[in-house]
Amino acid sequence: MTDSFLDIRGLKIGATVYPPGEKPKDIEIVHGVDIKLEKGKVLGLIGESGAGKSTIGLASMGYGRGGVRITGGEVFLNGRDILKIGAKGLRGLRGKEVTYVSQSAAASFNPAKRLMEQIVESALEHGVHSRADAEARAVKHFRDLGLPDPENFGKRYPHQVSGGQLQRAMTAMALCPEPDLIVFDEPTTALDVTTQIDVLAAIKEAIRKTGVAAIYVTHDLAVVAQVSDDIMVLRHGKMVERDTAETIITNPSQDYTRALVSVKSSEHPEKAPVGEPVLQCKNITASYGGDVKVLKNVSMDLYPGQTLAVVGESGSGKSTTARVITGLLPPIEGEILFDGRVLPPALAQRSRDDLRELQMIYQMADVAMNPRQTIGTIIGRPLEFYFGIKGAEKRKKTIKLLDKIELGESFIDRYPAELSGGQKQRVCIARSLAAKPKLIICDEVTSALDPLVAEGILKLLLDLQAEENVAYLFITHDLATVKSIADSIAVMYQGKLQRYGTKTEVLTPPFDDYTDLLLSSVPEMKIGWLEHVLATRKMESAGN
Amino acid sequence: MSPLITLVAQRIALGLLLLLAVSVLIFAGTELLPGDVAASILGQSATPEALANMRRDMGLDEPAVSRYFSWLFSAIQGDLGTALTSGQEISSQIASRLGNTLFLAFWAAVIAVPLAVFLGLLAVRYEGRWPDKAISAVTLASISLPEFFIGYLLIYFVAVKLGWFPSVATIYPSMSLGEKLHAIGLPVAVLVMVVLAHMMRMTRAAILNVMQSAYIETAELKGLNQFKIIWRHAFPNAIAPVVNVVMLNLAYLIVGVVVVEVIFVYPGMGQYLVDHVSKRDVPVVQACGLIFAAVYIGLNLIADVVSIATNPRLRHPK
Repeated sequence: MTDSFLDIRGLKIGATVYPPGEKPKDIEIVHGVDIKLEKGKVLGLIGESGAGKSTIGLASMGYGRGGVRITGGEVFLNGRDILKIGAKGLRGLRGKEVTYVSQSAAASFNPAKRLMEQIVESALEHGVHSRADAEARAVKHFRDLGLPDPENFGKRYPHQVSGGQLQRAMTAMALCPEPDLIVFDEPTTALDVTTQIDVLAAIKEAIRKTGVAAIYVTHDLAVVAQVSDDIMVLRHGKMVERDTAETIITNPSQDYTRALVSVKSSEHPEKAPVGEPVLQCKNITASYGGDVKVLKNVSMDLYPGQTLAVVGESGSGKSTTARVITGLLPPIEGEILFDGRVLPPALAQRSRDDLRELQMIYQMADVAMNPRQTIGTIIGRPLEFYFGIKGAEKRKKTIKLLDKIELGESFIDRYPAELSGGQKQRVCIARSLAAKPKLIICDEVTSALDPLVAEGILKLLLDLQAEENVAYLFITHDLATVKSIADSIAVMYQGKLQRYGTKTEVLTPPFDDYTDLLLSSVPEMKIGWLEHVLATRKMESAGN
Repeated sequence: MSPLITLVAQRIALGLLLLLAVSVLIFAGTELLPGDVAASILGQSATPEALANMRRDMGLDEPAVSRYFSWLFSAIQGDLGTALTSGQEISSQIASRLGNTLFLAFWAAVIAVPLAVFLGLLAVRYEGRWPDKAISAVTLASISLPEFFIGYLLIYFVAVKLGWFPSVATIYPSMSLGEKLHAIGLPVAVLVMVVLAHMMRMTRAAILNVMQSAYIETAELKGLNQFKIIWRHAFPNAIAPVVNVVMLNLAYLIVGVVVVEVIFVYPGMGQYLVDHVSKRDVPVVQACGLIFAAVYIGLNLIADVVSIATNPRLRHPK
C-alpha cells in the first residue's frame, strides 16, 4: 500500500528493568512489529498488559514512557522516519501531526489550569490556529462530543467536571490541532459501563466527522470492535494476527484470539441457598458525616458457600456497603447479623473471631501487601495471629495454601515485586483463606487484571468455594464477571438497592430502567452493537 | 460563604491566638528570670526600702496577671514601654531598628527568592546532569559554612583585599539609597548564601515531585519544550510547598540575622536585642520577642493563605 501515512517497520522497543536483588538489565518488550495505517482508518491494538500495545501506540509519537526506549526499526509518518528527526523534530510533530488521549483524563489534565487553556495549547504552540480560532473550534468539538454548556465548558477547572466529561474534553484536546493521527490509550477503561457507552459513541462520531486516523489501544475486545476498521492482536510484544474487525470477532485464525473472544462467555449455574444465612444486612443506612446518606435502607442476605454479587457504578455505595460490613464505617441505622449473631457496628468492638471469620481481598493486590515481606511471611501472618501456629508447622500450612492457589512451594521466599498481577491476587486470596473465614469480601478483585488472568482468578475462587464452603460478597462493576460467579445479585444505584434476588431473577426481564441501562451498556462482542443499542435507546426515549 | 474565605479567616484567627499564647510565654519567661527591673536599675545601691519604693512606683508590686494585661494592652496600642538603660521610648527606638532590619531583609529576599526559584527550575531542567549537581554542590556548601565564617571571609577578601564594599555596614537615615545599598552589600551577600540552598532544594524537590504526574506527560506529548513544561505545568502545582519554605526563610532573614548584624555592626533589631539582653533591659527584650513572634507568625500565615489560595479546588469549588 502506498497511501499509508503511518508505516511502522520492524519496531523494537526496549527497557531497563530493576529486579529486586539483581543488577539492572536491559530487556526487549516489543520484538519487531509492523503497522501500516491509511488516512482516516482506525486500527485497534489489543492484548493483555505487557503485550506492548500502549508502548507501540506511544512509539508512533516517538515517545517512550519511563525508561522505555525505541531500540530498532523505522517509524515513517507522513513520509519521514520520525526516529531520525531528533528531539526538536519530535516536538514539532507531537501535538500537531499526532495527538494522544490517555486512560485517565482526570490525571492527564493540569489541575491548576482551566480546561480551555489546556485544550487549545498545542494548536497555539504549533501555530496551527490563532487563539480565537482554536477556541471556536474547541467549543464546536465540545458541542459535537455532547458536553454540557459548550460555550462555557472550557472555563471550568478539571476538578469541576465528571470523569466521563473529562475523557471527552481530552478527546477535544486531541482533535483541536487537527492532527493526522490520534492515539487513544484505553480511553474508556476507567469509566463506568453506563458512561463508557456515551464516551465511546462520542469518540466514534468525532472520528467519523473529522476523518482523522486513530490507533485505539485497549484490552477489551468488545469495545475495540465497536470503533475499529482493523484489529491487531498483540501478545508478548509480537503480533498474533491482524485482520478486519469483523473477521477477528467472527472468525479469528489464531488460538490466542479465539481465547480472547470466548473469555466472556463462561457461565456459572447458580446454587440454591442452603441453611441459615451467614451474613444478613438489615436496613443499613450510612453516611460519611454530614447530611448526605451514601447508603439508604439496604438489606441483603448471603448464604454459606454462595456468592452475592454487588454491582453498580462508582458512587452507587457498593464499596461503602463493604466498609459497613467490615466495621470500618459504623452505620447510622440498621444492624448486621453474622452467623446468626449481631456484629458490633465498629471494628474496635469486634472480637478476634469476628475479624477472623470475615476477610477481605482488594482490587489492588500490589498495595495490599507489604513489599518488604516475603510471600511466606504474608500468608503465614494470619496463621500465627489467629491460631498461634509457628515454626515448621506454619511453613507446612503456608505451603499447603500456596498449593491451593496453584503457585507452589517455590514462591515462599519470593517478594511481591517478583510476581505478576494475577499471582499477587492469588497470594491475597491465600492470605484471606489462612484465617479460615466464613465470608470473604472481594472488592473489585479482578478489575485490574487482564481478561484471561481474571478468568483464572474467578475459576480459582469458585474451586475454593466448593472446597471450603466459604461465602463471597463480590463487589464489581463488571456485569460479565457477575454472570460467571454469582448465585444472587444486588444492583445498587445512588446508595439504594435497586434490584435484588437470585441471578436468574435479577437477569430476567422485565427490568427496571436502571438495571436495563446497566445491562444494555455492557459491550457485546458484535460489530454494530454500539449503533444498535443507541438506536434502540433513541426509539425508546422517542416513544416515551 | 466560599470555603476559601472560611479557611483564610480560620488561619488568621489561629494566628492571632498563637500570638497571644506566645505573648504569655514571653512575659512568663522574663518573669522567671532572677531579680527584677527594680533590682537591676538600682544595682549596688539596692536597699530593701529603695527596692520597695521603686517597685511601687513602677507598679511591680501588683500581681503578675494584672501586669501582663496592662503590658499587653499598651503593646496592642503601640506602647511597648520605656527602655530602662536609656529611658527612651522603646517603640520609637524599635521603629528605626526594625526599619533597618526590614531594609536588609528586603534586599536579601529580592535577590535570594527569584535566584533560588530560578536555580531550582534550572536544576530540574538538567536533573542529574552537571548543572544540577553544580547548583546543589555550591548552594549546599554555602549553607554548610557558618554565617560568621562566610562573613569574615567576605570581609577579608572583598572588603579588605579588594576594597569593593565597606566591612562595616553602618547606615544613616541621611544616606541615599545607592549609598545604603553599597553599605549593606556584604551582609546581603552573606544572607543570600545562607538562605539560597534551602529554597532552591525545596523548589527542585517540589517540581520534581510534580514532574511525575500524568499531566506532565500530556504536556510533553503536546510537543512543548522542557522549560515551558516546567514553567507552565509543573511550577503552578508546586507553589504551595515552595511558598512555605520561602516564608520560613523570610522569617529567618528578619528574626535570625543577629549574627550577621553583629559581624557587620549593622544597626538592626538583632544587634539591638543582643545589646539589651546583655544589659538585662527586660522591657526591651520583651518588646523584641513580641515583634519577632509577630513577624514569624505573620509570614507563616501568609504562606498558609497562599497555599490555600493556589489550590484550584478551593478557589473554584464545584
